[in-house]
Amino acid sequence: MSSRETILQRLRNRTGGELTVPECDFSVLQRPDWSTAERVDRFERMIESVHGEVHRCTDDNWMNRLAEILATRGARNLLVAKTHEISQSLRNAGRNDLPELLIYDEPVHSWKGHLFNEVDASITSTRGGIAETGSLILWPTVDEPRLMSLVPPVHIAILKASELYTTFHEAMKAQNWSAGMPTNALLISGPSKTADIEQTLAYGVHGPKELIVLVIE
Amino acid sequence: MSETAEHTDHHIDVKQFHPRAQAAIQNPKIRKNFRSAMDGLMSKRKAAFEGWDLETLRDLGANIRMRALANLPDLLEQLEKKLTENGVKVHWAVDGDEACRIVRDICKARDAKTVIKGKSMVSEEMELNHYLQEQDIEALESDLGEYIVQLADETPSHIIMPAIHKNTGEISQLLHDKTGTDLSNDVEYLTASARLQLREKFMNADVGVSGVNFAVAETGTLCLVENEGNGRMTTTVPPCHIAVTGIEKVVPTMEDLTGLLALLTRSATGQHITTYFNMISGPRKAEELDGPEEVHLVLVDNGRSSIYQDDELLDTLRCIRCGACMNHCPVYTRVGGHAYGTTYPGPIGKILMPHLIGLDEGRHLPTASSLCGACGEVCPVKIPIPDLLVRLRQESVDGDKLHPAKVRGHGAKRSTMEAMIWKGWAWMHASPGFYRFGTGAASKLRALQPASAGAWTDYRTAPKLAAKTLHQRMKERGQ
Repeated sequence: MSSRETILQRLRNRTGGELTVPECDFSVLQRPDWSTAERVDRFERMIESVHGEVHRCTDDNWMNRLAEILATRGARNLLVAKTHEISQSLRNAGRNDLPELLIYDEPVHSWKGHLFNEVDASITSTRGGIAETGSLILWPTVDEPRLMSLVPPVHIAILKASELYTTFHEAMKAQNWSAGMPTNALLISGPSKTADIEQTLAYGVHGPKELIVLVIE
Repeated sequence: MSETAEHTDHHIDVKQFHPRAQAAIQNPKIRKNFRSAMDGLMSKRKAAFEGWDLETLRDLGANIRMRALANLPDLLEQLEKKLTENGVKVHWAVDGDEACRIVRDICKARDAKTVIKGKSMVSEEMELNHYLQEQDIEALESDLGEYIVQLADETPSHIIMPAIHKNTGEISQLLHDKTGTDLSNDVEYLTASARLQLREKFMNADVGVSGVNFAVAETGTLCLVENEGNGRMTTTVPPCHIAVTGIEKVVPTMEDLTGLLALLTRSATGQHITTYFNMISGPRKAEELDGPEEVHLVLVDNGRSSIYQDDELLDTLRCIRCGACMNHCPVYTRVGGHAYGTTYPGPIGKILMPHLIGLDEGRHLPTASSLCGACGEVCPVKIPIPDLLVRLRQESVDGDKLHPAKVRGHGAKRSTMEAMIWKGWAWMHASPGFYRFGTGAASKLRALQPASAGAWTDYRTAPKLAAKTLHQRMKERGQ
C-alpha cells in the first residue's frame, strides 16, 4: 500500500466518534464601514508604524513625487513593467529628472546577477490594499513578475485610494479569491524586517529596505 | 510505517530533561534572554488584540480548525487534486525519514547540490539538514534566526524566534568566528552582513525548501507567513521549490485564512500582520519570467494520524504554531527552549512531542508544567493544553482504568509501589472504620512526622498534620 493510501486510510478509519463540523461565523472580523478618507488615514498610519512611507498623490502629480523620491535616494535606475500603464506613462513622459528605466522583459535567469546587484528601485501596480492592517495586494503577472517587489532595495507601489478595502476578508470576498488564485499572490505590509537578533528590529534583511506607497486620491 | 520512531532529536536524550532544566535555571544569561524576550512578546500580543472581541475571534479560530480536521481526509484529497491541476507535484510521507528521502530524490533528479531553506519546523522534525548533508547536498537556512542557529550547530529554542536564547554579543561573536564579519553590537550591521552572505546563496541555490503555514484545499494554495522576505526568496528564486508540511495544516477555504491570519501574527509576535503573506498556487507558467519551474508539496504524517484517532487528543492538531503558549509559560520562560530537548519546546511541545517520539521517551514532558493554565488561555485556537497535559500524565502511568491508554509508550512511568499506594489510599477512603482509625492514628503520631519531604520541601515548608482530625473536631462541636 502506498504511503498516500496508508495515511488516508488511517484518517478515514479513525477509532474515535463522529466528528461534528462546527459553523464558522466570520462576523467578528467585520469593521464599521469606513469612508475612503478614513481608510486612507488608517492605511497610512499602519504603513508608517512599520517603517514604510505613504505619499498622497493625484493622477497629475504622482510622477513628480516619484522623481523626487528617487532623486533623494540617488537611485541610478528604476525597474518597470513591460506593458503596464504605469510603465507606459513613465516611458512616454520624456522627463529628464527620472533615472534610467529598466524593463523587466526577459526571463530572470538571463539577468539574475544584474537584477540582484545593480537595480536600485522598482515600481509596481497593486490590486488594491487593506486599510486595517496597512497591506498591499499584489498578484504578480507576466508583465509585473514576482521578483520586482522583492529584490530591489526600494519598492515603490501605486495604490488607488478607491481600491482600498477595509479588511482582508472584505477584499477577498470582493475580488472572489475562492474562484481561483494566480501562481503567486501576496500581501505586502511594509519593508522586509527581522527581530531575530535579541528582538531588535532591523529593516531590509532579505527583501526591500524601503516600501514606498503612492496613494492616488 | 509511522509507528516506528526512527527519528528522535539529534544527539539529544529527551529523558534528560531534569538536568538540562536545572542547568538552564542556574544560567543567568539564559534566564535574562528568555525573560526579557517573553515579557516583550506578552505585552505586544496584548496590545495587538486591543479593541478585538478576542473570545469570539478565538472561537472562530477553533471552529475553523475543527471544521478542517473533521473533513481532513477529504480535504487532503481535494488539496492534492487542486494542486495537481495547478501543476504542483504532491508527495505523501508516513514519517520524517520517508519525507527526507522524497526531498533527496527530487534533488537528485535535478542534480541539485545546494538547497536554500526557508523556516520550517516540520523540516526540523525530519532533521532534513543533517540528512541532506549526509547525501552531499548543502542545506543552508536563510531565516536570520535559523541561520544563526545553524552556524552555531544548535537547534531552534523557540518555534518563531529560533535564536532567542542568544544575545547580540554572542551572535556577533558567532558571525565573526564563522563568517569573518567584524565584531559589532550594531544589529543593523550584523543583519546587513547576513543579507550580503545569503543573497549570493539565493541566486545560486538549485532548490528552495520551505514550510507551509496554511494549505487551502479549494484553490490549491500554499501560504507562508514571514517578515524577512527569505521565504519569498526561497520559493521564488531557485528553479525548484519543495514545500514540506504536516497533514493537519490544510483548511477548506480561502475565507478561513482571514480568521487564522488575524489570530496567528497577533498571537505570535503582536503584529497586526507580517510583512509578507505569500500565497503560492503553482509553478511558473510558460510565459512568466520568474518563479520556480517545479513546485512540490510533501505531506508529512509522522505521528499525526495516530493523534487523529482519539477525540480528546485530536485537539492537539488544531495548533497553528504561533508560539503564544511558550511565550506565556512560566516554565518555558525559566528553562528556555533547549531544556526540553525536543523539536517543539514549551506547552505545545509537551502535548505534541510524546506522540512523535513516544510517551516513554517523552515521559517527563507532560510533567514540566505547573498546570497554571496560561497556555490554554492564550491559545488562539483554544487547544485545552492543560487538560491534554493531565491526560498524558495519566497515560504515562496507565492511571485511568475507565479510559485505556492509547499513546505509544504509555505506562512508562508506572511504578508498582505508587500504584499500590493509590490502591490502599482508595481502599482506606472507601472504608469508614479504617479511615477514622488511620487519620486518628496519624494525628496522634504527628510528632514523628519528618521535617523534610524530599524535593517538595526544598523550597516549601512541610505541611503539619493537625492535632485532631476533622471528624474529632466536628464531634466536639456536637455536629
